[in-house]
Amino acid sequence: MTARHPRTPAPLLVIGQRFLTQLLIGQRPRRTGSLWPSFHSRWPRWKWVSFLFILPRRRRSPRPQSGMKVRPVLSDPEKQRGRSAAVAIAALVIAAGIPLWWKTTETYRAWLPAARIGELEALQLELRVEVEVVFARGTLSPEQQKKVPASRMREQTYESCCKSKSLCLVEADHALHTLTETSCGSVVIYIIPEASALLPQDMRVYVGRSRTALLRSQVASVVGAGLPEVLAALDPQMEQVLQTMSFNHQDVTAALTDRLRPGLSTRDSLADSMRAFKSSPGYEITFSLLNPDPKHHQLHWDVEAALDAYIYPLLHKMAPVANFSVDSQILYYAVLGVNPRYDASASAYTLSADSLAHVINPVEARLGSNAASSNPVLNFLLYVPDSLHSPLIIRNDQKQEVASNAFHSPRWGGIMVYNVDGAYGNDTQFPVDIAIDMSRVMGVFLSQLRLMLGFQQTGAPPGFVLEAAGREGVAEWELDRLLWSRSVENVATASASITSLAQLLDQIANIVINDNIAQQVASAVTALQAAVAELEAGNLALALEHSREAISASERAFFDPSLLHLLYFPDDQKFAIYIPLFLPMCVPILLSLLKIFREVQQHRAEKRAKRD
Amino acid sequence: MPNIIAVVCASYGLAQSVCDGEDLPARAERFFRSDHTNNWAVLVCTSRFWFNYRHVANTLSVYRSVKRLGIPDSHIVLMLADDMACNHRNPKPATVFSHKNMELNVYGDDVEVDYRGYEVTVENFLRVLTGRLPPSTPRSKRLLSDDHSNILIYLTGHGGNGFLKFQDSEEISNVELADAFEQMWQKRRYNELLFIIDTCQGASMYERFYSPNLMALASSQVGEDSLSHQPDLAIGVHLMDRYTFYLLEFLEDIHPASQANMNDLFKVCPKSQCVSTPGHRTDLFQRDPGSVLITDFFGSVRKVEITMETINLTVPGIPLERFGGEPHTETALAYVDQLPVAQIIHQKPKQKDWHPPDGFILGLWTLILLVFFRTYGIKHLKHIF
Repeated sequence: MTARHPRTPAPLLVIGQRFLTQLLIGQRPRRTGSLWPSFHSRWPRWKWVSFLFILPRRRRSPRPQSGMKVRPVLSDPEKQRGRSAAVAIAALVIAAGIPLWWKTTETYRAWLPAARIGELEALQLELRVEVEVVFARGTLSPEQQKKVPASRMREQTYESCCKSKSLCLVEADHALHTLTETSCGSVVIYIIPEASALLPQDMRVYVGRSRTALLRSQVASVVGAGLPEVLAALDPQMEQVLQTMSFNHQDVTAALTDRLRPGLSTRDSLADSMRAFKSSPGYEITFSLLNPDPKHHQLHWDVEAALDAYIYPLLHKMAPVANFSVDSQILYYAVLGVNPRYDASASAYTLSADSLAHVINPVEARLGSNAASSNPVLNFLLYVPDSLHSPLIIRNDQKQEVASNAFHSPRWGGIMVYNVDGAYGNDTQFPVDIAIDMSRVMGVFLSQLRLMLGFQQTGAPPGFVLEAAGREGVAEWELDRLLWSRSVENVATASASITSLAQLLDQIANIVINDNIAQQVASAVTALQAAVAELEAGNLALALEHSREAISASERAFFDPSLLHLLYFPDDQKFAIYIPLFLPMCVPILLSLLKIFREVQQHRAEKRAKRD
Repeated sequence: MPNIIAVVCASYGLAQSVCDGEDLPARAERFFRSDHTNNWAVLVCTSRFWFNYRHVANTLSVYRSVKRLGIPDSHIVLMLADDMACNHRNPKPATVFSHKNMELNVYGDDVEVDYRGYEVTVENFLRVLTGRLPPSTPRSKRLLSDDHSNILIYLTGHGGNGFLKFQDSEEISNVELADAFEQMWQKRRYNELLFIIDTCQGASMYERFYSPNLMALASSQVGEDSLSHQPDLAIGVHLMDRYTFYLLEFLEDIHPASQANMNDLFKVCPKSQCVSTPGHRTDLFQRDPGSVLITDFFGSVRKVEITMETINLTVPGIPLERFGGEPHTETALAYVDQLPVAQIIHQKPKQKDWHPPDGFILGLWTLILLVFFRTYGIKHLKHIF
């Protein structure tokens, strides 16, 4: 057993701490050899246990008298060494430790373009439509013709084969369409003379399937009237045409509903905006055939051919707007949740308009959806009533039969009831093979699909005739209308996302902003600015593309899984973590520094006293 | 002339008498009374363990009511610990009863729990609300609401002043909840939101809300405890909480076409029945609560329009053109991949970041080393290092 300093104690738990404090205070145990006090002390092993119960220790040396503090007497070099050790440790902690701790506990926040995001808050949208006005022969007097600045003065005659007015119009429209190359978003207005027989008397404007409109000029060519007057007189009518064909105030406010305060949109536009889906990168369309009675009806529907012929042209035209995925299914033994009532006068079962609202919910539980994508789903259901409840007709509020026998629900889809009781008599052998007339069905579904996708049916002003789209599904100016409102909506939504994301990241100072988020935000801001520039320039197709890019990047940045503020410590919890780590270390350092400081002060006071 | 007649009274019982005499503007008025097109429900039970049977029964009973009134499973996010039905202590396995004498089994055959067991965490709850889920999350675990969705959020469990305890290990504070709702509002993930909480001191959870269009109900005020209703002696635990029990009694009278409004809901469970004082908060809600139907949140009444216009596609003589071009032969049908299987199979295992050993391990090793060197002396240090 080596000699032990009387003051260094036996208990295991305080060895290290006592050693450290003694070192700092300036008292270093002197011994030869080992660094730590030896375990083999004067007490036998079994008595070590008593220290666990914190019993008072038995002292060998006599207890000093109370009131007198016993301090070890140190020589000056020892004191000096102790002081320099304390100062060195304090210097190390402050100079190296604190910066190291600061650097290693920093959160990584990639740089965000805050200035450009700030600009987005006060975004001004300018929409420009390219309009080409073509005066037909006979609308302008020769003097006015000379002043027309347009470089293209085409002499074009077309034979009017007037067998029937409507066919004429269509042919004329088609002929005119082949003349000019219209880019996406532009409008061409042909002014035809008042006396022209092309348009019937009550019709002022005819809007064709492509981007052309025929406007009957109501300005008599007054001799002496200059070109500006003629144009000024035509202005209100042209504006009406443009509002029908491109966009009007209601459309734009409806598209901007996110960023505008409520109450600004009218009832009609509210209904339209509720009906159509919001802009989304993709949509899923599901066509379902519901056969509640497979024992009697064996249904065949050639849905693939019908989709190819009728639906895919429309979806192909809508490709710049969104991606579509189409699937179809047949559900057996699926019943409507409502019992139809038998109406003897019509000898048919009827569903009244009020009960339609309760039809959808029981059916929806049976419809599946693609588990992997989060895109909105449009459901189109074809219901063939069972033989007991055939025929089934839908009655509207005025108790009249509905011609289409179909109804739709905003943002959900549509249901059509297809009666097959006419295809067989009473004594046929069941089950009966029935082929469904897909053109009739698809006619209904196509019109419902158009409504769901946003081609609203706003009423045309009086005197206007809008050519129906027919088999192509959608007219080009209708598509342009949708593209205008979609671009505006995308721009508004993307800028709202970016600004609110920037606000969130500002508020919570210790969220980590990864590089990918910063990159998405930067690309979203760039695409937004490009989209706004293209809208100002009037390039609708490019503007839509940029706005789609902007919205997808901003959505990805906003909904990134790492931006959950819960994952990061609030500031008050940080104190709870750091205090048990740093306090035991800092207290001896601070105390020793204080002691040194006091000794230096004392020394200086003594020196001054000596001098005096 | 508009081609589509905007719609339809949603009420069924009153329909025949009322709709005959009414004119279009009044019906249009009812169409616009609430501008939501779909309904979602997020039902969360934040407790686990057998003695919290009543919280699971609460949540499942609300789930049953909401399903009965029309909201489909695809629009319900149900978060339960789900350890009651198959618990070893359950005398009737695969059942969860909500009424004593085992009258009503709310577990049933078709319950669809989206987050079960240890997945019910504060993090997952906030992720569901704000939409910040990893891309691999399936559709059934997401809240895919849009700006015309009405959402019902029901929370039950053990709570305190300003917090709610999740599964005995973590808590969510009212500030976090209010921030999550604000995030939802920023992205317009809801049209209107009804928040019901059945815990002790539940009113503290809605104190901090600041987003518009929120209505909140709680089973007790700050400083009060919510009490449980009745124990079942055969099962041995309390089956339901008082507030939810009387709430369910109220909901049993509601059918999809009922016209009961929110003022009736505020009167559910007065102090005489509940012992605690239920509270509600409507200052952030824009409509008058008297004009808000119960089925606006608890049910799913769809707005329906008759399709008046169809496109005439049957043009005689013109054959059906194939858009794709060449006719395709009969191919064998196969199921669509619901998950990106190829990606999942070929995934590399995720690199786990190395963390330095934490405090307890460090302390333990220091202690062991100290004992060793104290016993055998410091001279053995050179053999180790």
